[in-house]
Amino acid sequence: MKKNIALALTLSMAFAFSCTAMAEETTEAATEAATEAAFEAESEDVKSEGVMTYDEYMAAAVDDEVVIEAYVQAKQSWWEDKATLYTQDKDGAYFIYNAACSEDDYAKLVPGTKIKVTGYKAEWSGEIEIADATFEIEDGEYIAPVKDVTDLLGKDELIDYQNQFVSFKGMTVEAAGQDESGNDVAFLYNYDGSGSDGDDLYFNVSLNGETYTFTVESYLCDNTTDVYKAVKELKIGDKIDLEGFLYWYEGVNPHITSVTAAE
Amino acid sequence: MKKLWKALSLTAAASSLLLLSSCHGAKEAKSLAIPDTFDTSRSYEITFWAKNDTNKTQTDIYKKAISDFEALYPNIQVDLRLYTDYGKIYNDVITNIATDTTPNVCITYPDHIATYLSGEGTVVPLDTLFSNEKYGFGGSELAYDGPSEADMIDKYLEECTFSGHTYAVPFMRSTEACYVNKTYVEKLGYTLPDTLTWDFIWEVSEAAMKQNADGTYAVNGQDVLIPFIYKSTDNMMIQMLKQKHAGYSSDDGTVGLFNDTTTELLSEIATHVKSGAFSTFKISGYPANFLNAGQCIFAVDSTAGATWMGEDAPLSDISADAVTSFDTEVMTVPQFDPDHPQMISQGPSICIFNKSDSQEVLASWLFTQYLLTNDVQIAYSETEGYIPVTKKAQEDADYQDYLSRSGEDTSAHYEVKIKAAELLLSHIDDTFVTPVFNGSASLRDAAGQLIETVAKSVRRKKEVNDDFIQSMYHDVTSLYHLDQIETSSSGKADLGPLPKTAVALLGGLAVTWILILLYVFTQMWKKRRQKRR
Repeated sequence: MKKNIALALTLSMAFAFSCTAMAEETTEAATEAATEAAFEAESEDVKSEGVMTYDEYMAAAVDDEVVIEAYVQAKQSWWEDKATLYTQDKDGAYFIYNAACSEDDYAKLVPGTKIKVTGYKAEWSGEIEIADATFEIEDGEYIAPVKDVTDLLGKDELIDYQNQFVSFKGMTVEAAGQDESGNDVAFLYNYDGSGSDGDDLYFNVSLNGETYTFTVESYLCDNTTDVYKAVKELKIGDKIDLEGFLYWYEGVNPHITSVTAAE
Repeated sequence: MKKLWKALSLTAAASSLLLLSSCHGAKEAKSLAIPDTFDTSRSYEITFWAKNDTNKTQTDIYKKAISDFEALYPNIQVDLRLYTDYGKIYNDVITNIATDTTPNVCITYPDHIATYLSGEGTVVPLDTLFSNEKYGFGGSELAYDGPSEADMIDKYLEECTFSGHTYAVPFMRSTEACYVNKTYVEKLGYTLPDTLTWDFIWEVSEAAMKQNADGTYAVNGQDVLIPFIYKSTDNMMIQMLKQKHAGYSSDDGTVGLFNDTTTELLSEIATHVKSGAFSTFKISGYPANFLNAGQCIFAVDSTAGATWMGEDAPLSDISADAVTSFDTEVMTVPQFDPDHPQMISQGPSICIFNKSDSQEVLASWLFTQYLLTNDVQIAYSETEGYIPVTKKAQEDADYQDYLSRSGEDTSAHYEVKIKAAELLLSHIDDTFVTPVFNGSASLRDAAGQLIETVAKSVRRKKEVNDDFIQSMYHDVTSLYHLDQIETSSSGKADLGPLPKTAVALLGGLAVTWILILLYVFTQMWKKRRQKRR
C-alpha cells in the first residue's frame, strides 16, 4: 500500500512539475530572444498614426488622454491583471502605472518589447506617469543605452531624464542610519529601518560633499536579485557605480537595479 | 510609498476569491478546548504578523514586547514578521489559509477576519478565553499584570464581535482627523468653527481657488494648491453616509451603498473636483506633503498619521526647504450635523489562528494578552495619534502625564500628535464601525472607488451626470462582486459554471488519477495471476 501511495504522490508531483517546467522554459526562451535583440535598435523610430512623440507627450497636460509607443525596459510588478512598467523610446521615458494586462501578456513583455499605450497622463508626488492605460504589443525591439547622469545630480536638469535608465559613477557609500546598538549602517530596510528582509532597501551615496538617497525597490528587484544582495553587502566608504531607473517621489528617488565596485 | 495602492487593489481580488470559495465551505466557529494547564515542559514557536506605520519606534516596541514576553515565558519563542499595510497582511493570510500555514497571531481588521472565516475554524473565537479563570483577562496563572475583563472597553470588544463570537481583541484605536492650515483659513477671512462642517470646508476650499494675475494662488503665492485632500476615500464615503443616516450595508450583508444620497454626494464632490478644490491621495499624493508645503488647507488622514502633519512634524517626505510656516489645528472630520458628530473607529486588532495543538493556541493567547498590558499599550499609543484600548492604560498615571505634556517638544510630545489622540479620547462615543460580514472588505473598497472614479472622470473632462453614476454603480458592483455577497438570510449564491482554467486543471487531475488507479489495478491483477500460477 505504501508503495502505491508513494507512486501516486510521485505521479502527482511529476504532473505539477512538468507544468512549472514548461512555463519556465517558455519564459527563458523569450528572455533569450529579447537579449539577442537587445541592442538591435530599429534604424528609425517612426510613430504610428495618432501616436504622440515624446515631446508631444511631455507637452500634454496632466489628465489628458495620451497615446504613445515605447519599448519595455523593465517590469516592476503585476497584480490583479495590472502591470507597472518602465518603458522608453529613443527620446525619453514613460512610466506606465497599473496598465490593464493579463498574466499571459505580462509574460510576453520581455525587455525590448514594443508596445502602444493608451491612457491618461498623471502626476503623483512629482512622478509623471501614464495611468489607467491599456496597451497592445507591436513589432519592434529596442533597449535604451544607459545614460550617465552623475554630473546632473543636484541640478534642475536631472528631471529631464525622469524614468530613464541611468547610471551614477564613482559614488561613495555613506551611513544610512544606525542599528539597534547605535552603530552606523550602510543600508536600511524601509526608509527608517522599520522593515525587514524583503522590504525596500534605502542607502545613501555621496558625491562632491552632497548626499543622495537611493532605493532598491523590492517589487522591481526583490531579495533574490543580485542588486538586493549587493546592497546588503555594502560597507560605508565603498566606492560604487550604480544603474537604475530615475524614479521620482517628492524629488529624485532612483530605483537602483545594479551596484558594482567603481571602475 | 506607492505600494499601498497595489496592496489595496489586491485586497479586492483576494476577498473576491474568498467570496466565491465561501460557498463551498461551512462557516461554523470551532470552540477552543482550553487546556486545563499550560504545559511549560514543552517549547513553542509562534509567529506574529505585525503591522506598523513605517515607523521604527513601533517596530522597536514590538521587538521589546516580544523580548519581555519571552523572558516571562522562556518556553515560548515569538517570531516577528513586519508589514507596513493591512492589505498585504490580508493577502498573505488568504494565501496561507490555503496551505494551512497561517501565522499564530496576526494584526488585522475585523472586516478581514470575516473573510478569513470562510475557511472552517480558521480563526479562534476568543469568548471563552476571556473569562477563563487561569488564563483569561486578569487570570490567576498569568505571569504578567494584564487587564481584567472590566478593564477592556466594551465598545472596542464589540467592534471585534460578529457572527455570534468575538474573534479578535483591539490593539490600538484611531479615527480620522482633519489637519487644518489655520493660518490660511484666517488669511481667507474665515474663522474656524468649533466643529468643521462639510459646507464650511467646501466654501473655504472654493474661496482659496482665487488666483493672481500670474496664475499663482492668492492664498499661498504658489503654482500648486489643492485646498482639500482626503487620504481614505472609502472612509470619506462611509462617514458621509452615516452622518446622513443613509444606507451603506446592514448586519446581514445586504448592500445599501447605491442609493440616492450617495448619488447626491457624488454629484457635490464632482463640482469641487471640477474647480480644483478637492482631490484624493490616490490621484495627487499624501495629504501631509501638500499640507506641510503650504499647498493644502484641509488634510484628512488618520490620527495615526499625525506625526507627519504640521510644520514641525517629526516625520516628513518633503525636503526641509519645501516646508512652510503655519499654525496647525487638529479637528474632527467634517460633519453634516455638528451637534451630533460621527466619525469612523479604526485601528489594528489582533486575531489568533487555529492550530491542531491547543497548547500552541494557548501560547498564542498568552502573547496576545501580553500586548494589552500597560507597558505595550502606552508605549505603542505614544508613537502616533493612537489611544490605548484598555481603561487600565488610559487611566494610568504615566499615560496621563504624557497627555499633559503636549507640545513640550517636537518628538515624544509633539503637539499635533497628542491633540489627535485627545480628539479621539473626547469623541469615543461618537465613533462607529460598519457591519462586518464576508464581503464587507470589498464593499468598503467599492465605497472609495465611487469617489475615485468620479474624481478621475471629472478631471478627464468626462460628463459626470446621473447616467454616468448609475452606470458606475453597475461597474463597481461587478468589479467588487457585490452581487455575490451571501447575506445571512439568503441561501448560497449560484456562481455559474467553473472557469475554463479550473475545468482544465480538474480534468488534468482526473486523468492523472485514472492513470494511477489503472496502474495500481494492473499491478494487483498481475500479482493475482502470478499467485494463481
